Amino acid sequence: MADEQTPKVESNDYWKSNVRLIFGCLFVWALVSYGFAILLRPLLSGIAVGGTDLGFWFAQQGSILTFIVITFFYAWRMNSLDKKYGLGE
Amino acid sequence: MSQYAINLLFVGASFALYIGIAIWARAGSAKDFYVAGGGVHPITNGMATAADWMSAASFISMAGLLASGGYANSSFLMGWTGGYVLLAMLLAPYLRKFGKFTVPDFIGDRYYSRTARLLAVICLIIASVTYVIGQMTGAGVAFSRFLEVSNTWGIWIAALIVFLYAVFGGMKGITYTQVAQYVVLIIAYTIPAVFISLELTGNPIPGLGLFSDYKEAGEPLLTKLDDVIVALGFHDYTADIDNKLNMVLFTLSLMVGTAGLPHVIIRFFTVPKVADARWSAGWALVFIALLYLTAPAVGAMARLNLMTTVYPEMVGENYEQAALNPIYYENRPEWIKTWEETGLITFDDKNDDGRIQVYNDKNEEFAPVAAERNWKGNELYVNNDILVLANPEIANLPPWVIGLIAAGGIAAALSTAAGLLLAISSAISHDLIKTMINPGISEKSEMLTARISMGGSILLATYLGLNPPGFAAQTVALAFGIAGASLFPVLMMGIFSKRMNNVGAVAGMLTGLCATLLYIFTYLGWFFIPGTNMLPNTPDNWIFGISPLSFGAVGAILNFTVAFLVSRVTAAPPQHIQDLVESVRYPKGAGKSIVH
Repeated sequence: MADEQTPKVESNDYWKSNVRLIFGCLFVWALVSYGFAILLRPLLSGIAVGGTDLGFWFAQQGSILTFIVITFFYAWRMNSLDKKYGLGE
Repeated sequence: MSQYAINLLFVGASFALYIGIAIWARAGSAKDFYVAGGGVHPITNGMATAADWMSAASFISMAGLLASGGYANSSFLMGWTGGYVLLAMLLAPYLRKFGKFTVPDFIGDRYYSRTARLLAVICLIIASVTYVIGQMTGAGVAFSRFLEVSNTWGIWIAALIVFLYAVFGGMKGITYTQVAQYVVLIIAYTIPAVFISLELTGNPIPGLGLFSDYKEAGEPLLTKLDDVIVALGFHDYTADIDNKLNMVLFTLSLMVGTAGLPHVIIRFFTVPKVADARWSAGWALVFIALLYLTAPAVGAMARLNLMTTVYPEMVGENYEQAALNPIYYENRPEWIKTWEETGLITFDDKNDDGRIQVYNDKNEEFAPVAAERNWKGNELYVNNDILVLANPEIANLPPWVIGLIAAGGIAAALSTAAGLLLAISSAISHDLIKTMINPGISEKSEMLTARISMGGSILLATYLGLNPPGFAAQTVALAFGIAGASLFPVLMMGIFSKRMNNVGAVAGMLTGLCATLLYIFTYLGWFFIPGTNMLPNTPDNWIFGISPLSFGAVGAILNFTVAFLVSRVTAAPPQHIQDLVESVRYPKGAGKSIVH
């Protein structure tokens, strides 16, 4: 990779923190949708929610609500990273 | 005032509003025309994005899809929202920093390749044209149902309105009309849903009502729904499914497709700063979620409502007895009569007993029960699309709510059509003409070209709306498949890999595009011509049980893999391209970067 050629070490850290943050957010993103709502649904079938189970709730509502939280969390964290590295506008 | 006059008043008033906004927000420069001047507030843009995104299909069809498919169709909910998470973290902020006007602009510059730019333009046009046909036909249906004009006239009126505000206002006019259209469509969608939820569960918030108790029976609404439809031989609404691989891939295809659709991406070029692009994606999700959290409630409640209308005794516990006593056709409620006139509800008394039998006549295990009851087949056919449109009538709401639904359905179709038409025309005027054919063109001539391409695209969309080709119905397979398998991966690699080069990107795009088209055509026919499919489109013929609608995700994986391998054995991109990648990663200076 050409990343090593980056002249500023600090901004390289900024990009690495961004990528780490993205991985964390995508983990939660995948966990609630592909995990809880689809693949892990049988494991959650014991938890009753309004006439059905938690997996169904994640499939129809929970994942969407989590997506909103992830997106705002990412924006908030990135904006403070921008400030920390003096890259904000 | 008659219902017709009320509908006319609501739709007319909404049109006057859109045109008023267009006059106020007239585009004065190329930057106005392509990216609304680049000064749209993130919340405003979030709202406009939600209207841009929620099409006639979201407004009219999604509740019906959820009602008929139950749990299995949750993919639409997760797929069409989860894509915004990808957009917010992997594409939107960096493309905003890049600071140009179109999606092919980025691909062409980043991969220093005319071929890549041209391929991106082609993918954009196929995906957007497929998508826009559905909007034109959707507007036609809404017009013909509520304003009693023919479908053809409906499509022409829709085209004229879009022409007025999109050609003159460009992205600036479109942005502010989309905000107005969002407000109209969300109110129209929510009001009837609140009343139905109150009626069935006593909870005014439909999303909570879905998981509350059904008032009549004192048990959870979903339990009641499961019991009622299973008693009639239908598949359990909330039950888990076997083919999880396909559900995962279908959801993923919708997500990467959503993130790769150009008309959605360009909305994020209109905000002032990189930070705004991030916030804006969150706001877009909030505004989309208001409808998407209501839709599953509308679907489940409307389905239960329909069943208890046909079988009044299903409200109680004795399903066996209730199934024997459906209503007589002559006693059917008024709203069934209204919709019978449109042909979207039809009745056929197959066993001549004068009653309406609704059940799943395709369920072989249920066949002996049906035979014992002397049922000769399902007798009431209800088109899925009417659930939302008929909601106010089913819930006995006042006539102005129906007028609002008419205006809302049309708003959903027009707002998406305008966004798509802008994506198509800017790819033609900016990428094909300005960048590839005549770079010396003045800003004034470029804007004129953009307006002419917009006019031409509207005419094309109108023609295709009037004469829908075979691919029009395949929006999910074709538009999402292409956006996900060809555009999304190269956009993402263009930002996250400095090593990705022109040859790799072109090879990846071609692989993703061709593999996806090949798989779709194998099951749905070559160019969707009926009868030319090489394998029947049934689950047992799908490779590893992957449906053609789910293949976009596989196409995207192939695209990533091929691009990676090819780029490793060919020359690294030149230094100025690596510097470009470096610059899109850091937000500073986005406001100044639009230099054209």
